[in-house]
Amino acid sequence: MEQAELVGAAQEGDRQAFEELVRRTYVDTFTLACRLTGNQEDAGDVVQDAYLRAWRGIARFRGEAQFSTWLYRITANTAATHVHKRYRNRSEPLDDLNEPVELHPCAQPERAAESAELLDQLASAVAALPPKLRALVVLKDVYGLPHEEIADELGITVAAAKVRLHRARKRLRDVLYEQGEEAHAV
Amino acid sequence: MRCEDVAPLIAALVDCPEVPNITVQRHVETCLKCQAELARYQRMLRGLRDLRSRYVEPAPDLLDETLAALEHSRDHNPVRSILSSRRLAYAGAIGGTAVAAVLVARNRRRALSLAG
Repeated sequence: MEQAELVGAAQEGDRQAFEELVRRTYVDTFTLACRLTGNQEDAGDVVQDAYLRAWRGIARFRGEAQFSTWLYRITANTAATHVHKRYRNRSEPLDDLNEPVELHPCAQPERAAESAELLDQLASAVAALPPKLRALVVLKDVYGLPHEEIADELGITVAAAKVRLHRARKRLRDVLYEQGEEAHAV
Repeated sequence: MRCEDVAPLIAALVDCPEVPNITVQRHVETCLKCQAELARYQRMLRGLRDLRSRYVEPAPDLLDETLAALEHSRDHNPVRSILSSRRLAYAGAIGGTAVAAVLVARNRRRALSLAG
C-alpha cells in the first residue's frame, strides 16, 4: 500500500495503517531525534512521544506537505520540549551546554557525496553543539525545513532562527577546520 | 581589504545572499586564500545535507516499544475511558434493577404468605 493510502486509512482511524507508517518511518524519525537530542536514549523517548502525538493529530494532517515533513515538525517540537525539560533544572543556559556524544551512523557509502571522514567529523561536531544551536543546523541544513516552520516549531521568531543558524554554522566551521589546521600544524 | 577582515564575513556571503557585500565579493574573487575559505564553508554545508541520508541505527526493541506505547495509549484513550465508564454505569444500573426486582418479589411473596 502506498504511503498516501496508509495516511488516509490512518486518518479514518485504522490503527494498523498507522502502525505500518511507524514501521516505514521510525528509523528516519529516530535519526532526526538522535541529531536533535544528541543521544540515543533521549531519542528513543522522543520517537515514542512523537508517534503518540502524530496518532492523536493525524486527523488534522491535511496533506499540504509530505507526511515525512509533517512528522519531522512533530519530532522537532517533541525533541525541543524534551530537551527543555531535561535541562530545566540545570544552571547552565541551553545555549552553552556542550554534550558531545558518539553516534553510530549506518554506512551508506553510495549516497555520501563527501568523504566519510568529513561526515563523521560533522556528525560529531553537530552532536557537540549546544541544543538550541544544534536544532537549527539539523532542521535547516540537514533536513531542509524552511526558517518559518522551524521558528514555528521551536517557538522563536524567524529572525532569532536565522541568528542561531549563523552562530551554529560558525561554531561548526571553527570546530571542523581550526582543529584540522591545529592537527596539521602538529 | 585584508583577508583577516574578510574571514568573518565569508559565511555571510553564503548565509545571506540577499544582502550581498560587494567589497567582500570583490576581495574573494581575487584572493586564493579567501576562495579556499569560502570553498571549505560550502563543503561543510554540502556535508550537512549529506548527513540527511546517514541513518542512525535504533536499538532493536525501539519499534516494538513504540508500537506497544501506541497500543497502551489506545487502552487509555479518553474516548474509550468514557465508553468504559458508561458501560460500567449501564451494568451497575442493570444489576441494581435486578437486585431491586428480586427484593420486591421476595417481599410480595412474604406478604402473600402472611396474608394466607
